[in-house]
Amino acid sequence: MLLVAAMVVLAALGVAGGVAAWSLASEWRQGAGSALMIEVPRPDERSGGESRVDRVLALLQTASQVGSDHLLTQDELGTLLRPWLGGDVGALGLELPAMIEVHLAAPDPGDTNVLLTRLNQAAPGTIAEASDDWSARLLALGQSLAACAGVAVVLVLSVAVALVALAASAGLAAQRETIEILHLLGATDGDVAHRFARRLGGLTLVGGVVGALLALPLLLELATLAAPFGVAPAQQVADQPLSMLTTLPPPIWAGLAALPCAAGAIGWLTAQITVRAWLRRFP
Amino acid sequence: MVRLEEVGLSYGVGRRAPEVLSDLTFSIPEGGFRWLLGPSGAGKSTLLRMLFLGLRPSRGRLSLLGTDVQSAPREDLPRLRRHIGVVFQDFRLLDHLSVYDNVALPLRLAGWSAMQVRDDVTEMLAWVGLSPKMDQRPPLLSGGEQQRAAIARAVVARPALLLADEPTGNLDDAQATRLMGLFIEMNRLGTTVVLATHNTRLVDRFPARSLVLEQGCLVGDA
Repeated sequence: MLLVAAMVVLAALGVAGGVAAWSLASEWRQGAGSALMIEVPRPDERSGGESRVDRVLALLQTASQVGSDHLLTQDELGTLLRPWLGGDVGALGLELPAMIEVHLAAPDPGDTNVLLTRLNQAAPGTIAEASDDWSARLLALGQSLAACAGVAVVLVLSVAVALVALAASAGLAAQRETIEILHLLGATDGDVAHRFARRLGGLTLVGGVVGALLALPLLLELATLAAPFGVAPAQQVADQPLSMLTTLPPPIWAGLAALPCAAGAIGWLTAQITVRAWLRRFP
Repeated sequence: MVRLEEVGLSYGVGRRAPEVLSDLTFSIPEGGFRWLLGPSGAGKSTLLRMLFLGLRPSRGRLSLLGTDVQSAPREDLPRLRRHIGVVFQDFRLLDHLSVYDNVALPLRLAGWSAMQVRDDVTEMLAWVGLSPKMDQRPPLLSGGEQQRAAIARAVVARPALLLADEPTGNLDDAQATRLMGLFIEMNRLGTTVVLATHNTRLVDRFPARSLVLEQGCLVGDA
């Protein structure tokens, strides 16, 4: 039973790793693909009573592709440019472009191009820095991680199946005398196999439940650590300990529920196969 | 009831495999009683094992309770076994079960109701003098008590054929006589009985037809 519990812990960690890698890849892709930095040169230049940056902001607020926008303040701009221009950007007397951080409602390259065309009509020379290249690389990295995690899960599950079957078979070896006596007293192969399968299936199920319960705090802790990179805000997790439970994605909960059932099924099936194979040696 | 024709048994495969039982031909009618005699290693236990369907003959024809064992499908044998009671020489009780549950096993396997099982098992345990020990596990019993529990398990379902290998080997004279009385009473009620023993005094006290084995061959049936 302890061996089964240990294998279920490993399998749970493997499943959680796979799901987490896949979720992170998706998050990264969405985050990177939807961010856009708009750069408006000569922002204060006016024509028709409105500055160029105001025209761009007005257009962004009415554009359906835009989820939110934020005009970087002078301080934020200074912070952004500090690595290249030093500590006091204002003292340099440079005419800096206005920078607007935009989050698109739904990342779509076609829509982004249409938006840029309109922005350029409103303020010629406006450019946008999309993050297509590195978001594609991030996506590839995420998908590779998810694939590796998938392979690891398959390996761990295969070893778990083999070990649970081996442990079940070893446990049955001690019952061989009992099996033979039941057979000689007139029990059918099905009767004997069913008795042992029920018992072994129950034991491996309990082992699986113990393993899943042991894995749960580990997974919750990992999910809490991963919260800043995911959908659940880290501050919410810190403030409300019970909200830790919501940090685990549904596929991991489903995996945790399925693993004990799988362990029970493996034990049951192993007993059925082993006992019937032994009994076939008798008349 | 029990019929053997030219029955041989070998453990190996092929013509050169030595036979541990050779050319056994005899029959026991329904309700018959036979002693099975012979020196150690003569094949008594092997013959009994064949009769309780623990082995199938390598050749010849074996018929039990009207069923041709050779041609019967394997799936039909458990039903046949339920009509055969066996007292094993080494008792073969299940150590993890109580005496009561050991004796109840054949009835439960045959699908008896809990009430029927309780009545019959309680009565049988009283008969063999194990009522006070019915909740104990076999390892805590003496050799004689284990033997009586094994006998109770063999007869509780009122089998049509009762086979016993040295059934009184661990019992004192008084207990042996009492249990022989049980076997004879069952035989009188129609059960066919085959008892293997070395105990010539017992055979003399309860005279009946004997099958005598020597080196796997039947040398006497009288």
